[in-house]
Amino acid sequence: MTGKHHDDDDHDHAHGHEENGHHAHGHDAHHDHHHDNHYSDMQARVRALETVLTQKGLIDPQALDAIVDTYETKIGPRNGAQVVAKAWTDKTFAEWLATDATAAIASLGFTGRQGEHMRAVFNTKETHNLVVCTLCSCYPWSVLGLPPVWYKAPAYRAKAVIDPRGVLQEFGVVLPEAQKIRVWDSTAELRYLVVPQRPAGTEGWSEEQLADLVTRDSMIGTGLARPTVEVAA
Amino acid sequence: MNGPHDLGGQMGFGPVAPEKDEPYFHGEWEKRALGITLSCGAFGAWTIDESRHARENIPPAAYLSASYYEIWIRALEVLLERHGFVAADEIAAAKALTPSAEPKRVLTADMVPAVLAKGAPCDRPVDSAPRFVVGQTVRTKNFNPTGHTRLPRYARAKTGAIEAVQGAFVYPDDNAHGRGENPQWVYTVVFDGPEIWGEGSDPRLTVSIDAWESYLEPV
Repeated sequence: MTGKHHDDDDHDHAHGHEENGHHAHGHDAHHDHHHDNHYSDMQARVRALETVLTQKGLIDPQALDAIVDTYETKIGPRNGAQVVAKAWTDKTFAEWLATDATAAIASLGFTGRQGEHMRAVFNTKETHNLVVCTLCSCYPWSVLGLPPVWYKAPAYRAKAVIDPRGVLQEFGVVLPEAQKIRVWDSTAELRYLVVPQRPAGTEGWSEEQLADLVTRDSMIGTGLARPTVEVAA
Repeated sequence: MNGPHDLGGQMGFGPVAPEKDEPYFHGEWEKRALGITLSCGAFGAWTIDESRHARENIPPAAYLSASYYEIWIRALEVLLERHGFVAADEIAAAKALTPSAEPKRVLTADMVPAVLAKGAPCDRPVDSAPRFVVGQTVRTKNFNPTGHTRLPRYARAKTGAIEAVQGAFVYPDDNAHGRGENPQWVYTVVFDGPEIWGEGSDPRLTVSIDAWESYLEPV
């Protein structure tokens, strides 16, 4: 097994970028033969691990199913969108969110793993906020779910702190030149939720309608809330 | 340690390349990798800090070309072997061959909702008062420890301001190595972009880190 993995490593060294590119784009037509080998190798490696752990009574395969089901169907950016929509419509809640985000978010039922110590940061006309974890993949699971591949990959982690405007351009976001940008590197156990600016023309909208404007990326800071025209279209 | 994980400010990785409508998992093995990693964390045999350190100890070339779930699995294999649960030859054989160490608990399906909803808070009471106050100018340490640390290289020996006192938390530099939780105050420290990135950098950029007290010195 070790020898085989060594070969795979060599392959990865030679094609590292392609590998990352693949992960960023998912299952597409660019799937190459080498990559398939690597992919099925990880599949075999993880299956072997699960088999051994199960035989030893150390894991419960049904617990694995329950974990996956939780993060596939129950916990995702819709949670965070509800938090943001409430902050947009309820001044008292927004103040609570600003001063004790963990409690304010828990009041909506969102608690738990990788959301134990929450902070909310609010975009303004003057300042745009962007969140990164340069050292690993810290991300507020309780409100955004599992992080996307790009958030955990080297390109974003490297670039976000030194060239955040360049990162934003890749996401199609161009900030006014005068707008300041603040990058929050999640180096400790605090997890950050960006509260994007409320789009114009949404006066009188319900929390539910507003939540539809709040994208995952807008709560990381790599996007803005969707403009109302996009929703109407 | 100055490992491959400490990526802030490095160049040459190409575009961020967000995937449109990205699924949570790119294949079954990633789902199992998530479940196995969380389940094994429940053994209570290692801490999140030891686990992070195992990930950053993956050799640089392998780390930088691995997907994040692969990083998890590689590190998990190390932890499982180190703590006597699974040996490398067992993974190679896909078969249990030796007795296992005794976990503090085994995560069963019925426990999953409560365990995930509870999480694992790592704030802790401390006896001392915070050494620094909001608004104070501080300088981050210049050091290159060979063990685990959460002070990234780009933010070492830099002058910034205390923006918030965030509470006291388990100190990862000790906890990752079994030296105890030794909680310390954590501060949000904000730096001007040019203090970190120097000439030609964006004057309208500020970057903050969350720093344990011993990473900081008064100015």
